[in-house]
Amino acid sequence: MVKDKSGYFGMFGGSYVPETLMPALRDLKAGFARYVKDKRFQEEFTYRLKEYVGRPTPLTYAENLSRKLGVKVYLKREDLCHTGAHKINNAIGQVLLAKKMGKERIIAETGAGQHGVATATACALLGLTCRVYMGTDDMKRQELNVFRMGMLGAEVVGVDRGSRTLKDAINEALRDWVTNVRTTHYVLGTVFGPHPYPTMVKEFVSVIGKEAIRQIRRKEGRLPDTIVACVGGGSNAMGIFYPFIRHESVELIGVEAGGLGIETGKHAARFASGKVGVFQGTKSYVLQNSDGQILDTYSVSAGLDYASVGPEHSFLREIGRVSYAYATDDEVLDAFSLLSKEEGIIPALESSHAVAYVVKHAERFSGKTVLVNLSGRGDKDVAHVKEIVKTG
Amino acid sequence: MKRITKVFQDCTRNGTKAFVPYIAAGDPGPQKTAEILVYLATHGADIIEVGVPFSDPMADGPVIQTAMERALQAGTTLRKVLGMVKWFKDRYSTPIIVMGYYNPFYAYGIEEFARDARISGVDGVLTVDLPPEESKEFHNALRKEGIASIFLLTPVSDIERIRAVKKVAGGFVYFVSVTGVTGERNTLPEEIKEKMVEIKEEIPLPLVLGFGISGPDVVRNFYPYVDGFVVGSALIKRWVEAGFSLEKDSDFHPFYKSLVEACRGR
Repeated sequence: MVKDKSGYFGMFGGSYVPETLMPALRDLKAGFARYVKDKRFQEEFTYRLKEYVGRPTPLTYAENLSRKLGVKVYLKREDLCHTGAHKINNAIGQVLLAKKMGKERIIAETGAGQHGVATATACALLGLTCRVYMGTDDMKRQELNVFRMGMLGAEVVGVDRGSRTLKDAINEALRDWVTNVRTTHYVLGTVFGPHPYPTMVKEFVSVIGKEAIRQIRRKEGRLPDTIVACVGGGSNAMGIFYPFIRHESVELIGVEAGGLGIETGKHAARFASGKVGVFQGTKSYVLQNSDGQILDTYSVSAGLDYASVGPEHSFLREIGRVSYAYATDDEVLDAFSLLSKEEGIIPALESSHAVAYVVKHAERFSGKTVLVNLSGRGDKDVAHVKEIVKTG
Repeated sequence: MKRITKVFQDCTRNGTKAFVPYIAAGDPGPQKTAEILVYLATHGADIIEVGVPFSDPMADGPVIQTAMERALQAGTTLRKVLGMVKWFKDRYSTPIIVMGYYNPFYAYGIEEFARDARISGVDGVLTVDLPPEESKEFHNALRKEGIASIFLLTPVSDIERIRAVKKVAGGFVYFVSVTGVTGERNTLPEEIKEKMVEIKEEIPLPLVLGFGISGPDVVRNFYPYVDGFVVGSALIKRWVEAGFSLEKDSDFHPFYKSLVEACRGR
């Protein structure tokens, strides 16, 4: 029996899927391996990122926040990407790849709606049909993005099962893919799922960290002391961390969703109370009960509200290269409003987790240079936050 | 494992096909599961597939998803499923295949599960999201306890996939009739006949057809190509409609009986 070790990060990763998907994953692995080395594909991808997405995104020095905290804070401005979040980088990469591989139909799951919008956008641009699965609870808290996906010509299918959030949307997308595997490519939105997704998505999002290295060197003449990013599935974090991993002087911190607090059980902090398991195609840390049933998660941000985390994050944690913390809803809402007022930048609730972490640990970072990946903008969250503020 | 082999030998001798009903364990509660297991064993089931409920059954359609939700609601755990199997096996010899998703087995502990499964009388285990490439550890633990690892093949399985399954498969091979999730289909694609012939030529194990079987006509249509038929959603749906009743006047009976008859070549 040949075990393809390339799909593993230490003990994490793999391809835990029904047999029906094995040929599709094999083809995807081959297609990705071929095109990632293909000069014309890379040229086209780079061209789209520059002329369509608007890369490179700025690395903004947050002067007011820095003064207030006594920490030199830089923001990697993924909120300025076309469609308002870093998700478009991966979506363009995968839809381009799917088109080269002759697929005619695209499906995706979405939590906060940003990956759905990004995929719908890429499909509009590149002329493929698009269907997006979204939990009906998420549709309620991200109504604007549901409407946007429709505007972009995508069909949004509500998933009214289970916790009606991201994990249920992924289940439904997998069911669609199993059914239409011959014609369809599944654009998974994060560094999760069966091999080769974690590796492929990392490839498409690592442009974030590559730019950040150049930019911080130009501005500071050195690398930052610490990089902080929020972690749901973990793609924005992997995107900014990855090029820095070999620079061991740079501290890397991933921030999970602490929800109402770990002790309440209402959170999505997999590293705080999860254990190793196999879920939705991969082996990683999973929030589960003692019988191996997946627990419902909770977070104010739909994009981090997920029971597992990308396998490479589990690996990076295990080898001690990245440390993981969490921020609670209350800390996150404070950070959301702080960054808006201090810098005139409304961050996504997801990205606000990273900001909240820096605010909370400002003393420890005193005088240091900290780079926050501002993975998306908060326009999508304004109505939801308004509702929270109103009801207290 | 031996009991599974014997079922197919008997079928071959009699010119019949194995009838393999599927139920979700603990749906809607342990008492009803015991009832239907006994019913199946005494009404012509050759092998019984016992589904382990899972919170996120990604390969299942609405009928089985809902059945699993009911089972979990009733507090079903993998440990309790093994308890139900043991209770049943103390009374009946019908082979039991435990079918589930990997995480509950993994959480239980692979070695510990294999041992407890053997003690409970489990004959085979089918793990939906564990392809041959990932199955080594689990497969070895099961083999040590004399339990067969059952694998799936599908209409999109090419010769490379068929050979990957051949290396590890035991008991029988489960052919999934469609690309898709579990649940009744009015008709199944004719071209799968060719695929089933290809698999039978390559793998010297019995082949059973499952997913989407809606009634006796489907069984008759594919009768010469396989050694058995798995019926899950269609049975569960009618059982639910009959209020989980197995009383004599229940609508469940005629449908069930028609499937058994079709598997007997009648």
